[in-house]
Amino acid sequence: MRGAEIFVQALKDEGVEYIFGYPGGAVLHIYDELFKQDAVKHILVRHEQGATHAADGYSRATGKPGVVLVTSGPGATNCVTGIATAYMDSIPMVVFTGQVPTHLIGNDAFQEVDAIGITRPCVKHNFLVEKVEDLAPTIKKAFYIAASGRPGPVVVDIPKDVTADSCDYYYPKSIEMRSYKPTGRGHPGQIRKAIQLIFEAKKPMVYTGGGIVLDDAAEELTEFGHLTGFPITNTLMGLGGYPATDPQFVGMLGMHGTYEANMAMHHCDVLIAIGARFDDRVTGNLEKFCPYAKIVHVDVDPSSISKNVPVDVPIVGSAREVLREMNQLLREAEFKALDKSRPWWRQITEWSALDCLRYDRTTDVIKPQYVIEELYAVTGGDAYITSDVGQHQMWAAQYYKFDKPRRWINSGGLGTMGFGLPAALGVQLGFPDSIVCCVTGEASLVMCIQELSTALQYNLPVKIINLNNRYMGMVRQWQEFFYDRRYSHSYMDALPDFVKLAEAFGHVGLRIEHARDVRTALKEAMGMKDRLVMMDFLTDQTENVYPMIASGKGHHEMHLAPGNPQPQPSDRELA
Amino acid sequence: MRHILSILLENHAGALSRVAGLFSARAFNIESLTVAPTEDPTVSRMTLVTSGSDEIVEQIVKQLNKLIDVIKLIDLNDGPHIERELMLVKVLARDGGREEIKRLVDIFRGRIIDVTDTTYVVELTGASHKLDAFIEAVNGELIMEVVRTGVSGIARGTRALNVGTPTAAPRSPTKAAKSGDRAARGTVNPAHLL
Ligand SMILES: Cc1cc2nc3c(=O)[nH]c(=O)nc-3n(C[C@H](O)[C@H](O)[C@H](O)COP(=O)(O)OP(=O)(O)OC[C@H]3O[C@@H](n4cnc5c(N)ncnc54)[C@H](O)[C@@H]3O)c2cc1C
Ligand SMILES: Cc1ncc(C[n+]2csc(CCOP(=O)(O)OP(=O)(O)O)c2C)c(N)n1
Ligand SMILES: [Mg+2]
Repeated sequence: MRGAEIFVQALKDEGVEYIFGYPGGAVLHIYDELFKQDAVKHILVRHEQGATHAADGYSRATGKPGVVLVTSGPGATNCVTGIATAYMDSIPMVVFTGQVPTHLIGNDAFQEVDAIGITRPCVKHNFLVEKVEDLAPTIKKAFYIAASGRPGPVVVDIPKDVTADSCDYYYPKSIEMRSYKPTGRGHPGQIRKAIQLIFEAKKPMVYTGGGIVLDDAAEELTEFGHLTGFPITNTLMGLGGYPATDPQFVGMLGMHGTYEANMAMHHCDVLIAIGARFDDRVTGNLEKFCPYAKIVHVDVDPSSISKNVPVDVPIVGSAREVLREMNQLLREAEFKALDKSRPWWRQITEWSALDCLRYDRTTDVIKPQYVIEELYAVTGGDAYITSDVGQHQMWAAQYYKFDKPRRWINSGGLGTMGFGLPAALGVQLGFPDSIVCCVTGEASLVMCIQELSTALQYNLPVKIINLNNRYMGMVRQWQEFFYDRRYSHSYMDALPDFVKLAEAFGHVGLRIEHARDVRTALKEAMGMKDRLVMMDFLTDQTENVYPMIASGKGHHEMHLAPGNPQPQPSDRELA
Repeated sequence: MRHILSILLENHAGALSRVAGLFSARAFNIESLTVAPTEDPTVSRMTLVTSGSDEIVEQIVKQLNKLIDVIKLIDLNDGPHIERELMLVKVLARDGGREEIKRLVDIFRGRIIDVTDTTYVVELTGASHKLDAFIEAVNGELIMEVVRTGVSGIARGTRALNVGTPTAAPRSPTKAAKSGDRAARGTVNPAHLL
């Protein structure tokens, strides 16, 4: 079989449904094979960055690895941002890059780049396929590595001659690697130690992250929550891992987390962290992080544990497996769930009463928070929401209450503007009958705007919620707070007419200028089931994201929105 | 503190750059690094000398283990071990100085392996600090060139690192390492390691 045929057959055997790509010289043999079949559906994007984000969005929503195919040179370099985005959020993805023929490698040949070298720091692993015999086994390994353990992107660089050469086809069913053996079950002794701490805790707190979503452990976490009765917070990446409407959920934590979540973090005596990596946006000042707590950390990646914060009970293992075992032990021990009438919960309820996400609901200027609340109402809380990066991302995270995992799709670790639209296309392909919305800002949106054509070509009726504040709002907010309101280059001048822009791409555009029109517009848009609708909401230009922990501050030193009573930071240990 | 890590890695093109790239990307120290194939041509052995606090070295070990091409590694500082480095030094050796250098070479148990009217090449093996001491002892103006191989090391006694045997008992500088979390890779199930 020829290499190009082997390639396509291997994808079929791997069960790949969609491949996001863009052709070019080095991959033309492969494109010729793709043409001859329709089991693997190729989605033609308009820029290779779009391919990576679309594959990434598809993966985040479906749990299956996203697959990308691009040509050598500029095709490969255009993928780097998308690969790094997936890498930072541990998203399984396999990216195939074409390469110049083996005899030309190193020659500065036409469209040659060292794709392996360029992507090495932002992949879980990468491979150069040196001969056709290696092609099928390498593809198998790539999918195995991408999806197992702590997931991540894998790049496979395929020289053109490898796709022309022939050999027998054999696709291994499974793979054993002596140098890679991810851990599954946690160490029983360590799990018992964690249970012991759970029993002793008076002010417990559960902090979970993307690992719950990646490991499909939301059910187990919910059971754990109910067995213990403990308060639970999620990171930005972990939203939906625990139902946001559950009474034990205290909201997101960290820089823009809720008052109650951050205060509970600061004052807890036992912290149970699962599938979260103590990112600096979450911990704030490490010196002030959880000063009174003994910390349990469950993570599949040993290098996540004790990286930023030393922990007391490390447990290496899959979140789901470890949660199952902990749940089992708690049931056996007939653990009595922490009651809401206990002092710790009463304290948390008091913090919650501050209502830190309050905003002005009386004006007719469109408040961005209001758009998200209405979006939540109109979609019954059941939509897939992708986002870009900025204030709109934070508002979506704060005001859309995600009850299910894999519904909230955003770039947390790299913070990649331009992610939202292509990611939404990937999600919609995975769930053609669901409502998929992209919450974006006018600056982020135009970074991958060309993908509106892809949406038209494949009839992907994504709903774009453009919270248009005519500013790089997040940048403006920092300039307001920390640079004496010198708004250096954060005003978005010369913006396109987004309605006409949508129309020019063959879609529907709506402009909404008053709060009173928000709901109607959203309903109208959701009603157009088979059309992509771009909603251009002209929002309050100067709205800021609150609460906020400024850098160098601790969880107990939050800034609340003006008009709220600013709580006095208290650093004493609670009784 | 200084640590000597002994690493078995797949003998693949690019494996070395993964290790080197890891150190530069994460701002870890490398004092020296040597690498060569082993008796099994599919496996390379790397000896890497690094330094840092216990927490940093623990993170270095975890990050190295995370590299897909790394099969196994041990920290030789976890137990008694032997460390050797080879050094070649070209020195100016003229007139009365010739005797002086020869004496020094004898004291350090080195060998003179090339002689001209005006120069010697001295070969010296030993732990790095011994080589340092020799350099210190020679008048700096006489040194023309110094070539060092970097450190090789091996554990004393029965402890050995090879592809077939389970990883040796984990080093335990911090709470995390004590609990065995860094044993997540290797030919044995880490659950059985503790
Ligand atoms: C503008 C902006 C503002 C932000 N503000 C905030 C904020 O206020 N609050 C906030 O929380 N974040 C915020 N972030 C996001 C932040 O940068 C990080 O991306 C995020 O906090 C990381 O989430 P996480 O800890 O859940 O880790 P993830 O990146 O989701 O990592 C997952 C962790 O789970 C582990 N894991 C993976 N698979 C498994 C498994 N099977 N079993 C067990 N463990 C597993 C991984 O090893 C890793 O440690 C912001 C980002 C942006 C762009
Ligand atoms: C590719 C990229 N460039 C720059 C940044 C830095 N950045 C973070 S938020 C932001 C502004 C985003 O503006 P907009 O999309 O309008 O969202 P808003 O904050 O106004 O809601 C910028 C420039 C980034 N995250 N990504
Ligand atoms: Mg904006």
